[in-house]
Amino acid sequence: MATPEMTLPTTQQQQTVAAVPQIKAHSVVRESTGWTSWVTTTDHKKIGIMYLVLTFVFFLLGGVEALMIRLQLAQADNTLLTPQTYNELFTMHGTTMIFLFVVPIMAGFGNYFVPLMIGARDMAFPKLNALSFWMLAAGGVVFYGSIFFAPPECGWTCYSPLSSSQYLPSGGVDAWIFLIHLTGISSLVGAINFYATIVNMRAPGMGWGRLPLFCWTILTYAVLLILALPVIAGAVTLLLTDRHFGTHFYDASSGGSPLLWQHLFWFFGHPEVYIMILPGFGIISEILPVFARKPIFGYKAIAAATVVIAFLGLLVWAHHMFATPSPTIVLVFFMMSSFLIAVPTGVKMFNWIATLWRGTIEFTTPLLFSAGFLFTFLIGGITGIFLAVFPVDWQLTDTYFVVAHLHYVLVGGAVLAIFAGIYYWFPKITGRMLGETLGKASFWTILIGFHTTFLIQHAIGLDGMPRRVYEYPNVGHLELYNLISTVGSFILALGVGMTVVNVMLSLKKGAIAGPDPWKANTLEWFTTSPPPVNNFDTVPRIRSVEPMKDIRRQVARQAEPAFVATPTESEGLAGAPVH
Amino acid sequence: MNKLPSALRPNRITSTRRRLALAAVAVAVLSLLVTSTASADFFTPESGGSPNADKIDTLYKLILGVAVVVFVGVEGALFYCLWKFKAKKGAVAAQIHGNTRLEIGWTVGAAVILVVLAGFTFAALPGIRNPSNSGPAGFSSANGVLTAGVTKRLPPNGKSLNIEINGQQYVWRFTYPDATPNTTLDNPFSYEELVVPVDTAVTLDIRAQDVAHSWWIPKLGGKFDAIPGYTNHTWFKIPAKLAGQTFRGQCAELCGRNHANMIAQVHAVTAQQFQKFIADQKAATTAGDKAAGIARKAFEKTLSTDQSSATP
Repeated sequence: MATPEMTLPTTQQQQTVAAVPQIKAHSVVRESTGWTSWVTTTDHKKIGIMYLVLTFVFFLLGGVEALMIRLQLAQADNTLLTPQTYNELFTMHGTTMIFLFVVPIMAGFGNYFVPLMIGARDMAFPKLNALSFWMLAAGGVVFYGSIFFAPPECGWTCYSPLSSSQYLPSGGVDAWIFLIHLTGISSLVGAINFYATIVNMRAPGMGWGRLPLFCWTILTYAVLLILALPVIAGAVTLLLTDRHFGTHFYDASSGGSPLLWQHLFWFFGHPEVYIMILPGFGIISEILPVFARKPIFGYKAIAAATVVIAFLGLLVWAHHMFATPSPTIVLVFFMMSSFLIAVPTGVKMFNWIATLWRGTIEFTTPLLFSAGFLFTFLIGGITGIFLAVFPVDWQLTDTYFVVAHLHYVLVGGAVLAIFAGIYYWFPKITGRMLGETLGKASFWTILIGFHTTFLIQHAIGLDGMPRRVYEYPNVGHLELYNLISTVGSFILALGVGMTVVNVMLSLKKGAIAGPDPWKANTLEWFTTSPPPVNNFDTVPRIRSVEPMKDIRRQVARQAEPAFVATPTESEGLAGAPVH
Repeated sequence: MNKLPSALRPNRITSTRRRLALAAVAVAVLSLLVTSTASADFFTPESGGSPNADKIDTLYKLILGVAVVVFVGVEGALFYCLWKFKAKKGAVAAQIHGNTRLEIGWTVGAAVILVVLAGFTFAALPGIRNPSNSGPAGFSSANGVLTAGVTKRLPPNGKSLNIEINGQQYVWRFTYPDATPNTTLDNPFSYEELVVPVDTAVTLDIRAQDVAHSWWIPKLGGKFDAIPGYTNHTWFKIPAKLAGQTFRGQCAELCGRNHANMIAQVHAVTAQQFQKFIADQKAATTAGDKAAGIARKAFEKTLSTDQSSATP
C-alpha cells in the first residue's frame, strides 16, 4: 500500500499522509559509539546519561567536602582545617549539591524519561538539549577551577556585603557568579525544552489527566525555573557590577541595600527548594503504585498539589529572612504563606500512604528508598513548621537546627528519591538490573547513616551552635553530639559507596532486565532496555494514566507473551506515527 | 526475636522487618541514653534569661506537642501499611483510584492544624515582641526616662534602658546611655561583654558597620540580624534572681573567616553595680580622653618642630 515516496522517513512526508495511520519501515542506523558520539550527540537518552553521570560525580565531590567539614567538627576546638579552608568547603559543598547535583540530576532523569514516558522520540529541541548539558558542564568547570586559585568563602547564599570586593576581593566569588550564570542558562534552556516537549509531544490520547505524575512534576519544575532563574541572574549581575564596575546596588554606605540581595536571592532561592524536591515527589509518585500493585491514590489531587506547591513556593521567600529588620506584617504574611504550603505537601503525603493502603507491597530496593523518603521527608516537613513560626525561627534560624531541617528535606527528600529513581530506572537505561542485595544493604546503611548524622543536629542547634562555624567550644554535650553526627556522616558515605559499587558491578554483570522488569505502569517500559535511538517504532493510543497496565491486559487477552507491539494486530495497539 | 519485649514483637517477623525493628529500638535507646545525660534543653530552645525567651520556649513546646501527634499518626499509618500490606501469596491489591471525600477531609484537617498553630503564635506574639516594664529592682535613672525612641517598641510605661549594639568583624561594641541623650560620642561603651542591670527592660538598637552579623544570646531570646544601613530592635529583661550570671552567645550570621570567634556575652548585675559600672567606664573614658589629649598635643608639638626644621 505504500508508494516509494511515502516510505521516505521525513516528517513532511509523514504529515502529508498522516490522514491514514500506518507504520513506516525504518532503516536501522547503526548506533555510533566512541567518545565523539557522546560529545556530538543530541539524543535525549545519551544527554540524559551524561547528565546523570556528571551530576553524580559532583555529588561525590560535594560528599567529600561534607566529610571534611564533619571531620573538622568531630572535636571541639579542632585545628584540622583553617577557618578559610572551612569556609571554602561549606561554600563549595552547598553550591555543588544545589547547582551541580540536585537541580541538574532532575534534569538528567527528565531528559532520559520524559520523552519515553510521553511516547516521544526525543526532546522538542535536541540541539538546545545538548547546549543545556554543555553549559552545565562549563559551569561546573569554571566553579571547580577556582580551587586552583581561591574558592569562594561566603556560603552558597553569598550574602552581601560579605560577598563584595571589599571583603572578598579574590576571584572565588566571581567564579561563583559565573557558575550561577552558566548553570542558570543551562537550566533555563532545559526548562523551555521540557515545557515545549511535554506540552506538544504527548502520545495520542495522553490528555493532561493521563500525563505521568513524574512528567507533571518536571513540567512544574520547568515553569518554576523559568520564573525564578532570571531573578538570580539579575541579582548576581548586580553583584558583579558592584564588585568590578563601581556600582553600589548592595552597598548601604552609598545608598544601596544589603537586604535587596537577600530578597532577590531568596525570591529565587525558595522556589529553588521546590525545583529540587518536586521532581523527587514525581519519582516517588511513579514508584509507589508500581510496587504496591495499585493505582496511585488521588492522581488529580497529587497533580494539583504539585502545581499549588509551585505557586505558593513563589510566595514564601522571606521566611528565610525572619531575623532581618522587617515589619511585623511582613513576618506574619510569610509565616502564613509558609503554613499554607504545608497543606498541599501534606495532601501528597497522605495520598502516598493511601497508595500503599490495601496494596500488595513488594519490598524491592526502589520501594525501600521510597518508603525511606516518606519516613524521612515527613520529619523535614514537620521541622519546617517550627521554622515557619517566626518567633520560634528567631531561636532556630542560622543554627544547626536549620542545617538538620534542610538536609532532612534535601537528602532525606530529594536524594532518597534520586536513589529510588536510580534503582528503578537503571534497568531501562542499561538493560541490566542493579543488585538487590547490595541495593538493600546500601539503603539501610544510607538510612541509618543519614539519621545518625542529622537527627542529633536538631539538638546541636537547640543547644545554641550556629551554622557555618569552623570551631566550637565544648560546652554541654556539643562535642559528643558533633562526634555522633560525624560518625553518621561516614556511615552515610559508606552507604552511597555501596550503590556506586553496585552500579559498577551491575553494568557488566547485572541480570538482563528485559523491557519491563518491574511490571510498571508508564510508557518507558513499552520499549526495549536500553531503548533504541528512535525510542518507539510505534506509540500506542493512551487510554489511562497506566498505559502499560492496559497493554499487558490486552496482551494477556490475546495470549501473546511478547511486549513488542505488532500494531496491525489490534486497533488498541495500532498507533499513529509519531512526528 | 525473643530479645524484643513482647509489646514490640510483631506477629510474623521477616528478616527485613526484624532489622527495621532492631534499628528503631536502637535509635530509641540511643536517644534516651543521650537525653538522660544531656541538658534540659535537648528538645527545646534555650530559655530562662528573659520573658521573651521563655515565651518562645513555651510556643515551641506547644508546636512540639502538635508535631509529635502528627508525627506518630502519619509515621504510624506509614509503618502499618508497610507491615500489613506486604505482598503475600494470593493477596490481590485493591484497585482504588481515590476517595474524594477522604481527600477533602485530610486537606481540611491539615489546614485546621495550621490554623491552631497560627492561633498559638498570635496569642504568644505580643509577649515576645513587646518589651515589658522594668521591675522594682530594676535600674532607673534620675529623671525616670531612660530612652526617647519613637520608632521602636517600648515597654508600656515608655521606659527602658536602651543599648546600642554595633557588630563589626569580629566583635560586638556596646554603647550605654548617659545623661546627655543627644551626644553619643562621649557615652560609656564596652566590647564583647554587655553589662546590664537585672529586672530592667533593656532595649537594643542593633547595627553593623561592615558586613552582616546576627545578635544572639540564646537564653535571652531570638536572633536579630545586624545589617549595614539598617537598625534592628529587640529587648530582654533578666529576672532579679539571676544577678551575677553571664549569658553567652555568638554571632549567628556568617561574617567572614573568624565568624566562629565573634562571641557575645551579657553580664547581669544589680542596679547599684550597674550604676557603678557606668560611672567607672565614664571615668575611664574621661581619663583616657585626657591622656589621649596630652599625647596628641605632644605629638603635634613634635610634628610642628619637625615641620619647622624641615622647612628651608
